[in-house]
Amino acid sequence: MILGFRLLVLLLLAFVMMPAVVAIIAAFDARAIIAFPPKEFSWRWFQRALSYEDFRTGFMHSVFVAIIASTLSVLIGSMAAYAMDRYSFHGKATLEALLLAPLAIPHFTIGLGALILAAQIGQSRGWPVVIFAHVILVLPFVLRSLYISLKNIDPRLEQAALSLGARPARVIWTVTLPALAPGLAGGWLFAAILSFNEFTASLFVTSQRTQTLPVAMYNYVREYADPSMAAISALYILVTTILLVIANRFLGLGRILGTDDGRN
Amino acid sequence: MGSFAPARRGADALMRRPFLRLFVTPAALIALGFVLAMAAVLQYAFLAFIPGELQPGGFTFQNFREMMKPLYAGVFYDTVKLCFLTAVLALLAGYPLALALVRARNAYVKSAILIISVTPLFLGEVIRTYAWIIVLGNRGFVNGSLLALGVIDAPIPLLFTRLGVVVALVHVTLPVVVIMLAAAIAHIDRDLERAAAALGARPLRVFLTVTLPLSMPGIIAGLTTGFAWTFSAFATPQLIGGGRVNMVSNLVYSLGFASFNFPFAAALSVAGLVLTALALAGFRLLLRPLHRVGLT
Repeated sequence: MILGFRLLVLLLLAFVMMPAVVAIIAAFDARAIIAFPPKEFSWRWFQRALSYEDFRTGFMHSVFVAIIASTLSVLIGSMAAYAMDRYSFHGKATLEALLLAPLAIPHFTIGLGALILAAQIGQSRGWPVVIFAHVILVLPFVLRSLYISLKNIDPRLEQAALSLGARPARVIWTVTLPALAPGLAGGWLFAAILSFNEFTASLFVTSQRTQTLPVAMYNYVREYADPSMAAISALYILVTTILLVIANRFLGLGRILGTDDGRN
Repeated sequence: MGSFAPARRGADALMRRPFLRLFVTPAALIALGFVLAMAAVLQYAFLAFIPGELQPGGFTFQNFREMMKPLYAGVFYDTVKLCFLTAVLALLAGYPLALALVRARNAYVKSAILIISVTPLFLGEVIRTYAWIIVLGNRGFVNGSLLALGVIDAPIPLLFTRLGVVVALVHVTLPVVVIMLAAAIAHIDRDLERAAAALGARPLRVFLTVTLPLSMPGIIAGLTTGFAWTFSAFATPQLIGGGRVNMVSNLVYSLGFASFNFPFAAALSVAGLVLTALALAGFRLLLRPLHRVGLT
């Protein structure tokens, strides 16, 4: 039975990995149309993908949006998480519910709402609406990762600092913040990866001028069938996997996602 | 007494909740922006569409009346069926993965299972969908391999079919279901399993009578999240369905950006939210007896 279970798990893992592996193989085929089995090895689609103007600008836009949105989310999220973890105040439950609600709402609804709202105040089709939508969408993940880090800080450290006469600002700056650093870094990294990959809401709120990489890739798939898209997918898969391995090694992915059982 | 004074000052400092307003205001502004965006959708849902105009007209129920037409009602019905089927399949495929992830003894095996199962979550819907196009296409991985091996003479249609859409949707939904299940399985007190085993239960019986019932919260969370996640999918039904399989998300997009009928797109979004909420409440209600049996 154990053997059967292992075989089943291996099959499922193969199912999960298969599309990524197939895309990577297809990226190296010299022919201009995707067809299996591959015939001739070539790097040309990587060169083409890397020189394609929409991918280049899309990449720059995605990096820009991801850095701004994840930095804002970590700043806003860490302050809010601290207040919600340590204090009780009026409207706390409502605030928390509203900040976590985007998890349960389809991205196309959030994108549509952000677009209509931006149009009403004359701000549609600019960067602010894109960043606003991304902050709303990644904030729940930042909050989650920071809650876990805040729970892991020994409250006696802060109490000790306070009882030794340090002012609250100094306690937060010299005790809480350093202890929170891994959570902040982990939260930032998750927010940046999620924002970099966000597609559906971005499709609603970006214009030709603010098009992010996933939107550029979507438009490419709709128009062309050559393996350039496979090449950029292969690069994407490689970078994301490396980032996740690093995140797992230094921050404990399982701890942040809550899948560790903490014992064995 | 003097030596206790700083301690009291510390306690007072916490009681006064320093920086409360500073810490909460930015998050409250974001929450407010979110509420306004959702309110904008709700407001548009009740406004009239004037063809050729971007500005909507006055108050009306017309959008919701329009939705009762078989064309739109059919898409809703289809979407719910697809979401439910996908959630159930993702649950069946995700459970063994989650169990293996939590229970793996070797740290490297554990990390490998974790990375492989969650990486797709971070790849985004466009890349995952594109990869499935390569897998399912007429000259794609499946058909190309089967043709080369001589198993089939002509490609089997997989792209632009319901089967293709469901397989890709399960793949897109699987990581989040695995995370939900693993979180629940990680919370199971293993002493209960050890006790059952010590009392002579075989591994399969331990699993069926102890582990599975105790992971019920994860099963409910996985099913509901899987449903909501699938409902949110856009690129997968759009590109793999190729117009032949349509979900609410595709309808909302095409109404907004092909017909510029934003009021109707908003009304569809509102109906979608209500429908998801009802479906999730229904799941919980249906699974409650099962949950109770599991715990007793």
